[in-house]
Amino acid sequence: MVEHIQAPVLDIRGLRTEFLIDGQWHAAVRGLSLTVERNETLAIVGESGSGKSMTALSILGLLPKGSGRIGSGEILYGGQNLTRLNERRLRRIRGSEIAMIFQEPMTSLNPTMRVGEQIAETIQSHRRIGKREARELVQALLRKVGIPSPEKRMDDYPHQFSGGMRQRVMIAMAIACEPKILLADEPTTALDVTIQAQVLAVLNQLKAEQGMAMIFITHNLGVVALIADRVAVMYAGEIVETASVSELFNHPAHPYTEALLAAMPRVDVKSAAIRPIPGQVPSIQAMPRGCAFAARCPLKIERCEQDAPRLAPLKDAGLHRVSCFVRNPEAA
Amino acid sequence: MQYAVKRILLGIPTLLAMFTAIFLLVRVVPGDAAAVILGDQASAASLEALRIKLGLNLPLWRQYTDFLFGVLRGDLGVSLVTGRSIMDEALRVLPSTLGLAAASMVLGLGIGLPMGVMAAVYRNAWPDYVGRIVSLVGLSLPAFVAGILLLLVFAIQLQWFPVIPLGGGWSDSLNSLVLPACTLGFIMSSYVARVTRSSMLNVLREDYIRTARAKGVRPWRFVVRHALANALLPIITVVGLYFGTLIGNAVLTEIVFNRPGLGRLILSALNTRDYSLLQGLMIVFAAFVVLANVVTDILYGVADPRVRVGR
Amino acid sequence: MRMNAMLALPASFYRLMGRGGFFGWLGLALLLAIVCVAVFAPLLSPYDPLEQSIVMRLMPPSAEHLFGTDSFGRDVLSRVIYGSRVSLLVGFVSILIAMTVGTIIGVVSGYIGGRLDQLVMAIADVMLSFPSLLLGLLVAAVLGASLENLIIAIAITEIAPFIRLARAPTLALKEREFIEAGRALGFGHVRLMGVHILPNLIADVLVMGSLWMATAIRTEASLSFIGLGVRPPTPTWGGMIREGFENILDAWWLAVFPSIAVLLTVLALNLLGDALRDATDPKYRKR
Repeated sequence: MVEHIQAPVLDIRGLRTEFLIDGQWHAAVRGLSLTVERNETLAIVGESGSGKSMTALSILGLLPKGSGRIGSGEILYGGQNLTRLNERRLRRIRGSEIAMIFQEPMTSLNPTMRVGEQIAETIQSHRRIGKREARELVQALLRKVGIPSPEKRMDDYPHQFSGGMRQRVMIAMAIACEPKILLADEPTTALDVTIQAQVLAVLNQLKAEQGMAMIFITHNLGVVALIADRVAVMYAGEIVETASVSELFNHPAHPYTEALLAAMPRVDVKSAAIRPIPGQVPSIQAMPRGCAFAARCPLKIERCEQDAPRLAPLKDAGLHRVSCFVRNPEAA
Repeated sequence: MQYAVKRILLGIPTLLAMFTAIFLLVRVVPGDAAAVILGDQASAASLEALRIKLGLNLPLWRQYTDFLFGVLRGDLGVSLVTGRSIMDEALRVLPSTLGLAAASMVLGLGIGLPMGVMAAVYRNAWPDYVGRIVSLVGLSLPAFVAGILLLLVFAIQLQWFPVIPLGGGWSDSLNSLVLPACTLGFIMSSYVARVTRSSMLNVLREDYIRTARAKGVRPWRFVVRHALANALLPIITVVGLYFGTLIGNAVLTEIVFNRPGLGRLILSALNTRDYSLLQGLMIVFAAFVVLANVVTDILYGVADPRVRVGR
Repeated sequence: MRMNAMLALPASFYRLMGRGGFFGWLGLALLLAIVCVAVFAPLLSPYDPLEQSIVMRLMPPSAEHLFGTDSFGRDVLSRVIYGSRVSLLVGFVSILIAMTVGTIIGVVSGYIGGRLDQLVMAIADVMLSFPSLLLGLLVAAVLGASLENLIIAIAITEIAPFIRLARAPTLALKEREFIEAGRALGFGHVRLMGVHILPNLIADVLVMGSLWMATAIRTEASLSFIGLGVRPPTPTWGGMIREGFENILDAWWLAVFPSIAVLLTVLALNLLGDALRDATDPKYRKR
């Protein structure tokens, strides 16, 4: 088995992120561990409510003040534990070393600020830069993300751009300081399919050019196939399976992953063969004791309701990890 | 630019409407205006003379057109009591009133905006509670009550400021301006702080604030450039609406602090039943109110590019 | 839809006030206290507010006269107590008139639509931007100073906001299906407006009414101060403050006590109105 020679650029260990509901703290992310290698695209897949966005927000400390907090766990980056940093030091990392783009390009840009200004702002928040140099940088960035006539467009306001264009602007804003990691929270979900493909192409290209790692959050397996190197499947606040893209699609191990693949509309499968998953994700206020998926799992055994399985590598495929007593008896 | 022109043009019909309303209101005086002014004992001849002088013997529509053209020419008529041109009288005292209004706006915005921003940023902490209580008091005090209380404490008891405005040079005028400006400024800051706070709270919930945080924007820059800049629209609305109240409060304050100004003119017009003067002064006020509305609309365009630049 | 709120008014009122928080209850309590003072004025005031005494002129507060006496030797405390009657009466009646007239005009105008609606809105806008104090001043000056005229003047300054308030939901509701259904069933316009549109507005109108009553009392005090209010010797807070102003160098108590009375009353109404508005605002969420 080949171990990676370089250390991973991001190492999350046992992250537990909590929400305040009705005066009580409940965990939305329950003991999550994953690593991201340099220049790798990791896709985090799951239904809404699985905790994927919370994970990304936790990395940058962007949880809503007062109603969200990191309960325990470590997020190791660049030799530091991000969960222990104060707001001032976190701010210096945000945008410059770890950047994030969001789902809704319509509302995620400041409507009263010119686009060029907003992009330059990312750079200006982290280092001193002259006005002319800033303008040139912004134009270069806009060109890089594929926006035509950047010299003119940089003085336009967000409402003068279409959805796909706005997302490109967001991307330009995020990569302006050449971050080492880009967190992308469902950036293409709100876009048309054709525009989606374009934006994904831009992201792939940038990743290659800048050598940055990307965490791509989505609920759409089709997008995963287009963009990811590795995949982590999340369910009810935990990772239940991680594998390379081809491994996951060809040899899915966890019953939830299988169910997701079966429920996905595909061009090559008759629609009658698509099976939705029965049941619902357990509410974070009422997590079951054992495996969270047990209630909906066709393979459930008695042990599944008693103990909670943990992620462990499969016997002959070390990089493929599954958290299931049935499929991987080593997940004790 | 053309947006500004459009707003100015739209202000004109409003202005005309207000003039008409004032004209009608004053003519609604029940009974014979001349008799009301001269009293019961006046002779028929003097009553008739006054009626002719006031133009009351002409048909109503004729009076209206005379009135309207007069106003457009800048002729607001003549005071019944002193016989002097109303326009001249108004222009004489206008600078004082305008100075007071300007000083109040500066104070009102200068205190109110930061207070509202702090209350929103430090929500549910002490700056928020203090700000809200102070604002509530400011909103509940009628202007003349605030003025009298300030007068009592600072001018009479502590004697820091003059009770009656001193004439003279710059420093004396400024000295006399402090208490009335503070009165009005305090009241205005309450309105401003309130709407600033609620508008900021709304804006701070928006997605682009989250984006700005994710970019690592420095905290005060993002409070001002991202939050406040977008919170301005409702604030401008309220300030524009407040302008009318500001004028009303200014009139009261002038009376309390014995300042020369439109307020005193109105009082004397009321006391002497000088309806002509009253009408003229109302015209002046109406013009200012419409001007304020137009300026407010133009400011919208400055604050929100979506209004200015279409697509 | 507020139908439920209106039909179950007594029960839901307490729930609303609960959401309004401590200050809302404080405002309500304060207001009720002031109303009691007004209603039980004869029982509460130590002296006859009109009784003059040349000997006791301009006496500062003492055990005998808690608030001192004025330039006619009348007890200030009693006058402040009786003054509450005028202020509350004027404030309440004028708002009631403005609410009723304004709401009716707004609903009818919104319902009929077209040119009439545009005209009404233009007039309302003009009235709204004109300083309410000056408007009230003009009307009161023209009509002459008396209690009735004061009420009318203040009511006129407060009509415009209710017209706008009533019109907006009317416009929205007009297009809804149940109006179409009602018309198909042959319901008359008046019935449609009264039974179907009106109940949805009541909650908003009442909230706005309490907020504007605060303004009404402020305007009343201001107009009385200028001298356009009720004729002396009837005690009114504004009139008393005016007298206090004229004697400000010698007799501070003449101005201070009625001022505090005005402040407390307006404050109570503001607290109450704010709490009601927060409680009925759909965007309001308590953690």
